[in-house]
Amino acid sequence: MYDFLFAPFADFGFMKRALVACLCLSLGGSSIGVFLILRRMSLMGDALAHALLPGAALGFLLGGLSLPAMSLGGFLAGISTALVSGAIARFTSMREDASFAAAYLTALALGVLIVSLRGSAVDLMNILFGAILAVDSQALLLVAGTTTLTLVGLAAIYRPLVVECFNPGFLAAMGVRGALYHYLFLGLAVLNMVAAFQALGTLMALGLMLLPAVAASFWAREVWSMTAIAAPLALLSGAIGLLVSFHAGLPSGPLIVLVASLFFLGSLLFGTRASVRARLSHPVHLRG
Amino acid sequence: MSAALKLVDLTVSYDRHPAVHHVSAEIPAAEITAIVGPNGAGKSTLLKAMLGLVRRVEGSIECSARRIAYLPQQAEIDRSFPISVLDTVLLGRWSRFGAFGKAAKADVHDAQHAIDSVGLSGFERRPIDTLSVGQFQRVLFARLLLQDADLVLLDEPFAAIDSKTVSDLMGVIHRWRREQRTVVAVLHDLDQVRREFPNSLLLARELVDSGPTGRVLSAENLLRARAMAEAWDERAGACEVPLRQTA
Repeated sequence: MYDFLFAPFADFGFMKRALVACLCLSLGGSSIGVFLILRRMSLMGDALAHALLPGAALGFLLGGLSLPAMSLGGFLAGISTALVSGAIARFTSMREDASFAAAYLTALALGVLIVSLRGSAVDLMNILFGAILAVDSQALLLVAGTTTLTLVGLAAIYRPLVVECFNPGFLAAMGVRGALYHYLFLGLAVLNMVAAFQALGTLMALGLMLLPAVAASFWAREVWSMTAIAAPLALLSGAIGLLVSFHAGLPSGPLIVLVASLFFLGSLLFGTRASVRARLSHPVHLRG
Repeated sequence: MSAALKLVDLTVSYDRHPAVHHVSAEIPAAEITAIVGPNGAGKSTLLKAMLGLVRRVEGSIECSARRIAYLPQQAEIDRSFPISVLDTVLLGRWSRFGAFGKAAKADVHDAQHAIDSVGLSGFERRPIDTLSVGQFQRVLFARLLLQDADLVLLDEPFAAIDSKTVSDLMGVIHRWRREQRTVVAVLHDLDQVRREFPNSLLLARELVDSGPTGRVLSAENLLRARAMAEAWDERAGACEVPLRQTA
């Protein structure tokens, strides 16, 4: 038992670091995920994560496989995609989801092209799918710093963000610039994607943020309780995924995301609200 | 009678087509006024212009109100959002605690009182996605009560609402009137307007008439309004009416 559950983390530094990285990503990312769902932006978030690629690739082209260069590039690419698609949607009658899709497809193609200019297929795989077992202390610092900033930042803009999701016109009528909080939130989201992308790659960076949050929405009906459920689910997915990948010798990124998917599936089937079980069960109705 | 709102040659357009066209009118202070007109007549747009929520505005709006409260059409609110009745109502005190402050005990007490006075006692902890359309409208009225505004703008407050709820919420509107607040409501039920609202503004993109309801809602005016609303021209040329100079 000990050998199976704890020895890998106790004996191997890379497993330890990977676990800590998962802990950080779970804490900050899952609350971002909850808000992405509430803002009906899950798919746009995904598009945003893909849009990091050309920036990361440019960083790679200029600095090689260096974390600061790739992270900075990814962050700038993500932010500019969000700003440009937001601006396009505001100034034209194009819907924001369509402009996001256009921006990210452009970005993805550009990114793959840039990486292939210099790198090998292995480098491309690393950027697209991540390598959580290769997380070093530098990357860990980045991830931990992101989590800290995210939690503090979300706590600070929590109320306006909630109101902006629920009733955007209200803030506008109160003379509050809701768009400001929207962009602050997008900035935090991009920061988390950058942190996640070294571990899970640009294609799955959102896995650990979104899947636990979706799963939590089958159990809870307040913003805070959804977050409280999503974070431990994300952490469990990370730990279980790492263990399975260690023992079975399979790639860890996809396994982590798959475990999160299993939690999602379980919640979908057995959750307490809006789940399949809740739909199929016929409890005695109440008197009033 | 002093005016709470003065519209001077107001034009608001979407894609250059005017939704509100050269409208000049006065909304009397401390009175309740109905805005009436066919669908697409620019009623909601006019309210949003009063709030400063639409961009392309020509002409001017003079507003003497210190604080404005606004009830949007329900379609503009995400009613599946996980938030409780009490929290929703408390938002009415936003100007007190803003984005970062803490709600005082007095605010929670007032919110409680507002919830009681719209007949929703005991619903405080309920998430809003469990409420009916009528109950949710009561919640929004409680939020308006908490806003303590001197100008209240209501966009179709009684759409798809049963008669009991309408009469309860009408009671809230008359209470505002007694408290010397100005209320402007977009409405479709002409009988209700004739019964309850002394002033009206009849809109069909252009102003048909405004003033005492009995005069404004004449059969002749209503016919004109209908004819004007239907005359939408896809190939309309630029409007030649010169903008009046406003001081």
